[in-house]
Amino acid sequence: MSVNLEEAAEHPAVAADIETRPLGRDRMLKIVFGLLILVAAVVLPFVTKSFFVFQVTMVMIYAIAILGLNLLTGFNGQFSLGHAAFYAIGAYTAAILMDKAEVSYVWTLPVAGIVCFVFGFLFGLPALRLEGIYLALATFALSVATPQILKLSPLEHWTGGVQGIVIMKPDAPFGLPLNQDQWLYFFTLIVTALMFWMAHNLLRSRTGRAMMAIRDNPIASRSMGVNNSLYKATTFGISATYTGIAGALGAIVVQFVAPDSFTVVLSIALLVGLVVGGVGWIPGAFFGGLFVLFVPNIAESISKGLSGAFYGLILMFLVFIMPTGVAGFIALIRHKILRRGA
Amino acid sequence: MELFVQQVIAGISTGSIYACVALAVVMIYVAIGHLNFAQGEMAMFSTFIAWQLITWGVPYWVAFFLTIAISFVGGIVIERVIFKPLDNAPILSHVVMFIALLTIITSAAGFIWDFSIKTFPSPFGSAPLFGSSLISAHQAGMMAVTLLLLLALFFFFRYTRVGLALRASADNPVSARLVGIRVSWMIALGWGLATAIGAVAGMLVAPVVFLEPNMMLGILVYGFAGAVLGGLSSPGGAVLGGFLVGVIENLAGTFIPVIGGELKLTIALCIIVLVLVLKPGGLFGRATIQRV
Repeated sequence: MSVNLEEAAEHPAVAADIETRPLGRDRMLKIVFGLLILVAAVVLPFVTKSFFVFQVTMVMIYAIAILGLNLLTGFNGQFSLGHAAFYAIGAYTAAILMDKAEVSYVWTLPVAGIVCFVFGFLFGLPALRLEGIYLALATFALSVATPQILKLSPLEHWTGGVQGIVIMKPDAPFGLPLNQDQWLYFFTLIVTALMFWMAHNLLRSRTGRAMMAIRDNPIASRSMGVNNSLYKATTFGISATYTGIAGALGAIVVQFVAPDSFTVVLSIALLVGLVVGGVGWIPGAFFGGLFVLFVPNIAESISKGLSGAFYGLILMFLVFIMPTGVAGFIALIRHKILRRGA
Repeated sequence: MELFVQQVIAGISTGSIYACVALAVVMIYVAIGHLNFAQGEMAMFSTFIAWQLITWGVPYWVAFFLTIAISFVGGIVIERVIFKPLDNAPILSHVVMFIALLTIITSAAGFIWDFSIKTFPSPFGSAPLFGSSLISAHQAGMMAVTLLLLLALFFFFRYTRVGLALRASADNPVSARLVGIRVSWMIALGWGLATAIGAVAGMLVAPVVFLEPNMMLGILVYGFAGAVLGGLSSPGGAVLGGFLVGVIENLAGTFIPVIGGELKLTIALCIIVLVLVLKPGGLFGRATIQRV
């Protein structure tokens, strides 16, 4: 197997290619691995405590949000430090629909997705003119301003102001013998699988190739007839859709939305999750989700007063030992094993 | 009309805070080509060091300059230890490192000095200037120091060899190295200077906004807005941009009903987005043109 490992280390996308290249034994391994994960995912809520089930549900939700960011950053080369804003829009859309219009929770997800697509597309238009650090700056400002906009008094009738909105947890439908946490777990699992499957297909389509072409070389892609502006704004919209649907799911699972849950801290956590998981590698989003949910707890268990410092240290450590995230790390290990086998 | 004039003056006096922070933002941008998201927190930490020194009984001005020196060294150490090994890492890794640094500093400051709000003394006193209630002696002093700092930076960049070397290595690292400039140390020096300026900004701002570990987050966004408005590569522009942001914020707060106190950060957001879209180079910055 001829793989330029140095190149793979620098570009996670190349690492992802190594990952997906069909190899006889490799493919077998992959199917077995996939089946194992599936069995584990189905059995999990019946053998663990309900708080753990809730935590795993949150990991999947963050994974969807990080996947949205990955589509934008990893596959289209645009930065965002403002995805908490789209997460908030999704969450509030779901909460307002359930609270004011008594819409079923299932239907809030597509609505949240559409609303976020519109907002994302519109924000993507000015973002067209910004690159790299400038885009990071503009989105950072968006993220800092979001809680203030949500607290705005003319909107208070809808958003509940500082108090936020409390929503009810749904029961399992069709008389399934599941408690609420278990049902929400399976509901999230189905949505997650669907979202990842769609992202996988999107990236293998004409649109996906255009997105990646823009990332790799905007001028070349334009000369090949790709409408850069349209694709970049659309990618922003799609990315916002993913994050918004994650936000709606998050609101349903947590049963509560309030402005201060969607600060810049959330944006930063999503970006960190993306980098830790691996930029430009779809399954990396799950590792990112695990990081976002569990590492702050780990840091807190080391020291209550200095939890932020330990969080930062763990983060620095990870960037030093895995500069390309879990994606690069796994590519490296696979390469070692395969070389030994050959 | 009287209200308008009053608000403009009040805006200029809050603007001096933003001008100070914007100057620090531009300084590090000129030196390393990145925006440092941990800048506000680094300034906050420096201010806490000054506060500690003053509490121990060190006279204000001694503490002031001692803090600047400590911050300068601290900035260089941070660059050497954390960012030097990541020289060639992608920009995202740098952003994540800034974030890690931010959480570490905030948490450490909270741990050492706790999260309660502290008052910070002003060397200029807080009495109103010339009996007018619009601008206090401290704010006038703050403006004076900011302008002095700007002047010093101008001379440093324009008329000293080190200043020239610093600009050269930011502009074109490869050519700078070929003419014998130690680019890697210039970057460290840039970090030191930016941290020192951040410390000055922090110490000037603290008497107005009070000292606590999260004091800088909102101000940093305004600082960014000021820097972008003035042009990220122009120190003078950044200072003017900071004042303008203060004036715009005050006028919008007074004359546009809903905005009042509720949407102040949104104004900063609008300024940043509008400037970046309409005139990405800012008022005084150079437009960056890429060679294909």
